[in-house]
Amino acid sequence: MNGRIVHIASNTFREAVRDRVLYNLIAFALLMSGAAILIGQISINIERLVVINLGLTAVSLFGIVIAIFIGIGLVSKEIEKRTLYTVLSRPVRRWEFIVGKFFGLACTLVVNTVFMAIGVFGALLYVSHHFQTADGWVLVALYFIILQFLIITSLALLFSSFSSPLLAAVFAFSLFVIGTFAEDLRGFAALTQGFTRWLATGAAYIVPNFSALNVISSVAHQQPVAGQLIFYNTCYALIYTAMALCGAVLIFEHRNLK
Amino acid sequence: MAAIEILGLEKTYNVGFWRKKPKCALRPLHLAVEEGEIFGFLGPNGAGKTTTLKLLMGLVYPTGGSARILGMEINDPRMKAQIGFLPEQPYFYDYLTARELLEYYGQLSGVAAKERSRKVEAVLARVGLPDVGGVQLRKFSKGMLQRVGIAQAILHDPRLVFFDEPMSGLDPMGRREVRDLMEQLKLEGKTVFFSTHILSDAEALCDRVAIIHLGELRGVGRVADLTASVHGKVELVWEGTAVPAALRALGGECHVTGDTVRAVLPEASQDAAIDALRREHLRLVSVIPVRTSLEDYFVQKLQPAGAVAGARS
Ligand SMILES: Nc1ncnc2c1ncn2[C@@H]1O[C@H](COP(=O)(O)OP(=O)(O)OP(=O)(O)O)[C@@H](O)[C@H]1O
Ligand SMILES: [Mg+2]
Repeated sequence: MNGRIVHIASNTFREAVRDRVLYNLIAFALLMSGAAILIGQISINIERLVVINLGLTAVSLFGIVIAIFIGIGLVSKEIEKRTLYTVLSRPVRRWEFIVGKFFGLACTLVVNTVFMAIGVFGALLYVSHHFQTADGWVLVALYFIILQFLIITSLALLFSSFSSPLLAAVFAFSLFVIGTFAEDLRGFAALTQGFTRWLATGAAYIVPNFSALNVISSVAHQQPVAGQLIFYNTCYALIYTAMALCGAVLIFEHRNLK
Repeated sequence: MAAIEILGLEKTYNVGFWRKKPKCALRPLHLAVEEGEIFGFLGPNGAGKTTTLKLLMGLVYPTGGSARILGMEINDPRMKAQIGFLPEQPYFYDYLTARELLEYYGQLSGVAAKERSRKVEAVLARVGLPDVGGVQLRKFSKGMLQRVGIAQAILHDPRLVFFDEPMSGLDPMGRREVRDLMEQLKLEGKTVFFSTHILSDAEALCDRVAIIHLGELRGVGRVADLTASVHGKVELVWEGTAVPAALRALGGECHVTGDTVRAVLPEASQDAAIDALRREHLRLVSVIPVRTSLEDYFVQKLQPAGAVAGARS
């Protein structure tokens, strides 16, 4: 990767850390420990199921919120505050700026997820006193959650490159919600006829397929994840992210700064 | 080779939310700036100075025309490594300290790692901020930010610097320091292109100036040449309180102060006025040319367009 992208990414990471983005970890730690204590007292043999379900859902939601709220400001805030002027008058190409910003936030999210994952495993250990081999699949579920973050970050960047930050947040969050039901949507599309069918199928395939990336409940039930799905999801997320980033770059390249 | 060559650069903004109206910020501009000179880009508020600089930096795209900087295209990274830019009212990442910001910009400009911290310290001292390198930029005053802006523009030893109103927000000491700095840059063989509406700064510093108004170039050349074309005035002072009728007829205001009279007349009627005084046997105390400054030239250049703009609106 080229040096300028690395520098821009690490500066973005530094900004997130200094803006106390990782403070959410405290909220997360409180949530996990509270939940663990509560579950440890009441449940009969379903502690693991509840902890994994609750923990991973929380990891996903915390991350999505951060991805959207930082993602929409990554570039638009720099345009608004005119901090971009002194960056783009240096030997930095516009696409390098976008890509650097993206990787900076992606790193922030990965670090954040690692800490939250430690919290989840801690809670798991607290309620069941030992790890099982099936717990390894939790790591796969976490990996899929990170893939979701990449997609959402790139979408937030894309939307904020042509609309106001507020609208971009609304778009990105709606796509997250719709994407969670992507497979149902594809099912519905198959039931319609004629032109509507084209339209519905198109729409169903354009929204990011978050249902395939969500294996939380099957992992909680200690079911393994197929290697094929891991491969397919990885390719899907990378291609989807790359395309959204390309879109953001194309729009940004032609944009007049304020 | 010219350091900056502007070939018909032109910018029209579309303003208005619903029905877009074109707003011409810069009419086709032709200008060449030679290497090694200090070039002043003058104009009143809203003339199009910042627009021109933003076009040259590739921050906004021109409606027409093109430009070459150091012989290269505007978006060429090799050229950008050799220029520095101070935007107007600069603003920086306020979560960084001044030192961290300059380190970061040094990285982006490709300053080698081993010289970077030395250069950062040197440039902080050069702009008069040697003690606040470790302070977060959100705690900086306006003038301090302006100094950081100048620091980041010269950090990587560029061959050509663009300053958009470098003196704005600075105290009198700061203005002097920035002037000295620009002169030093020139001595080092650098080219300086700066915009301003403070004419005395331009007059004191610039090898050449260009004047733009309403997006249109109104004049370009050496300060001495430009002001030579403006008709000058002379000030005559003589003893007594009498004002000869012949002199009064030449036009010009006379002020009687104590036992001397002071009159300011067009340069052309200087001889006639002196003759008139001699005839009346009045004792001449002094004849002083009133220096025609850049300001007169500037005001003169703006007038016709002012009338046009008035008629239009
Ligand atoms: N983004 C924009 N959209 C619409 N019009 C603009 C925009 N930017 C500048 N203008 C217009 O272009 C003209 C030139 O503006 P510019 O900022 O270049 O002036 P300036 O010479 O830098 O003035 P000042 O001395 O006040 O800084 C102004 O009439 C301004 O209204
Ligand atoms: Mg300006």
